Amino acid sequence: MTGSAAVTVLLFAAARDAAGRGRLEMPHRDGLTAAAVWESLVGEHSALAALAPSISVAVNHRFVPKDTALAAGDEVAFLPPVSGG
Amino acid sequence: MERFRISGEPLDEGAIASGLSTTEDGAVVVFSGIVRARNKGRTVLHLEYEAYEAMVFPVFERVAEDVRERFGVERLRIHHRIGRVDIGEPSVLVAAAAPHRGDAFAAARHTMNEIKRIVPIWKREFFEGGDIWVEGPKEPVTA
Repeated sequence: MTGSAAVTVLLFAAARDAAGRGRLEMPHRDGLTAAAVWESLVGEHSALAALAPSISVAVNHRFVPKDTALAAGDEVAFLPPVSGG
Repeated sequence: MERFRISGEPLDEGAIASGLSTTEDGAVVVFSGIVRARNKGRTVLHLEYEAYEAMVFPVFERVAEDVRERFGVERLRIHHRIGRVDIGEPSVLVAAAAPHRGDAFAAARHTMNEIKRIVPIWKREFFEGGDIWVEGPKEPVTA
């Protein structure tokens, strides 16, 4: 695996607080999905589990279903319910 | 004046519609969302807005395209504060220009509804006694 065979993971607002960090890199592997990344995060940070039902997922700045497969170099973000305005 | 802006600096309510309308337009609607001192029984001290900045502009574009398709409104601006915003200050401005007022009102209203549904911005409310993330619609956005 090369250094570039990774995905960038971003967490915002309540999700960032629950994980204690807002950005990390995760190794990419064939078949990796956004949902699998999320499950891995929940395994490390159990406080994230309560947020799961309302989390939206974005890959490369577009909303996607959680089961979306990721490519190396993708940026996947986990977004709690937005509250702008 | 930019179509879209996110800024840590105060928003200018008087300037957002400057130069927006054309000779075809008979209506300009400006909406200001301002920070109020009370929310759900709490005394609000100030708000702090956080944005997924790289995604905000693509979603603003999506909202503008939706407004164009629904209402035929092509002249639309959205400006949003990030960082700390104090009571009475605008946190968001929307301006829409159209030939007729119905479309301009509808465009501004729909834009605000979409901002609150899909634009990746979050507010943290600091009130007397604590602070919390405010959360909008709980239904995840999947497309």
